[in-house]
Amino acid sequence: MSERSPVAASVVLGVAVGAFGMSFGVLCATAGLSTAKACALSLLVFTGASQFTAVTVLKSGGSPAAALGSALLLAARNGAYGLAVSPFIRGSRVKRLASAQLVIDESTAMATAQGSDAMKEHGFYAAGLAVFVFWNLGTLIGALGGQRIGRPESLGLDAAFPAGFLALLVPHVRTVSGRRAAVGGALIALALVPVAPAGVPILAAGLAALVGLRSHRPERVGEDAA
Amino acid sequence: MSWLTLLGLAAGAYAFKAVGLVLLGGRKLPAKLTDVMALLPAALLPALVVVGTLAAGGRRALVLDARAAGVLVAGAAAWRRAPFPVVIALGAVVTAVVRRWS
Repeated sequence: MSERSPVAASVVLGVAVGAFGMSFGVLCATAGLSTAKACALSLLVFTGASQFTAVTVLKSGGSPAAALGSALLLAARNGAYGLAVSPFIRGSRVKRLASAQLVIDESTAMATAQGSDAMKEHGFYAAGLAVFVFWNLGTLIGALGGQRIGRPESLGLDAAFPAGFLALLVPHVRTVSGRRAAVGGALIALALVPVAPAGVPILAAGLAALVGLRSHRPERVGEDAA
Repeated sequence: MSWLTLLGLAAGAYAFKAVGLVLLGGRKLPAKLTDVMALLPAALLPALVVVGTLAAGGRRALVLDARAAGVLVAGAAAWRRAPFPVVIALGAVVTAVVRRWS
C-alpha cells in the first residue's frame, strides 16, 4: 500500500461509503426526520455507526438519552484515532480543530497504512475528505429519494468495509508487536461482541495496543513495508 | 430527533475526535506512549473487521454468514498485495454472490 498514492484507494472507499450514506438518508426519511436533519447529522456528527445507532434507537421508541448514550459509546473510538494520527497531522491549532472532524475509521486506517509521515498525512486527508463528500452526498440523495433506493447489502457492500479495513491492516502486521496487537484486538472483539453493547468491543480492543509497553526496542510500525 | 439531541450528539462526537488530535498535537511525548499510540491501529482495525464481518445486526451475537466468505477472499488478496480497489470489490462481489445463493 505504501508505494501507491492513497488518493485512488480513498475514492474507492468513498464510493462504498456513499452507498451507505444513501441508506442512512433512507433510514432518516423512514424515521420521520426532515431532510435538513438528516443532512445536519451527516455534516456535523460525521461518524456513520453512531448516526445509524442514534436514529435506529429513536425510531424504535428509545429515549433521547438512550440514543445519545449508545451513539457516543460508538463515537468514543475516534478518541483513540485522534491519538493515533496526532503525530503526523501538522499545522496550527486552528487547522487541527478543523481536521478533527475528519478523524474516523477510514481516514485513520488509510493514513496509518502509508509509509512516511508525509504520506500518512496525505492519506488522512485523502480518505477523510473523500468519505466526507460521498457520505454527505449519499445522505442527501437517500433522504430525498426515500425507499426507491435499493439496499446496499444486496450488492455485498456491507462486506466492503471489513474487507477494506483488513487490507489497511496488512502493513501493521508485518512487525512482531503489530501482530501481537492485532491478534489481541481481534480476540478482545470476538469475546465482547456477544456480551457487550455495540461500541464497547472496538473501544476495548484498543487495550491490545498496550503490548507496546513490553517492547524494549521500539519498532516503528509501517516503515518496513516494502 | 430534536435539534437539541442532534446538536448534543454532534458536540459529543466532535469532542472525542478532537481530544487526542488537538490536546496532544505537536507535543513531545514519552517513547512508551508513542509506541502504544503507534500500535492503536493494529489493535483497532482487526476489531472493526470482526464487528463488520461477524457481528449480528441488532443483537449481541456472532454469526457466520455470506460476509465471512467475502472478507476471507478479500483478506487473502490483501495479504498477496492486491490493489485496494480489487480487495474491496472482491469482498463485496463474493459476499453478494454467496448471499444470493444461500
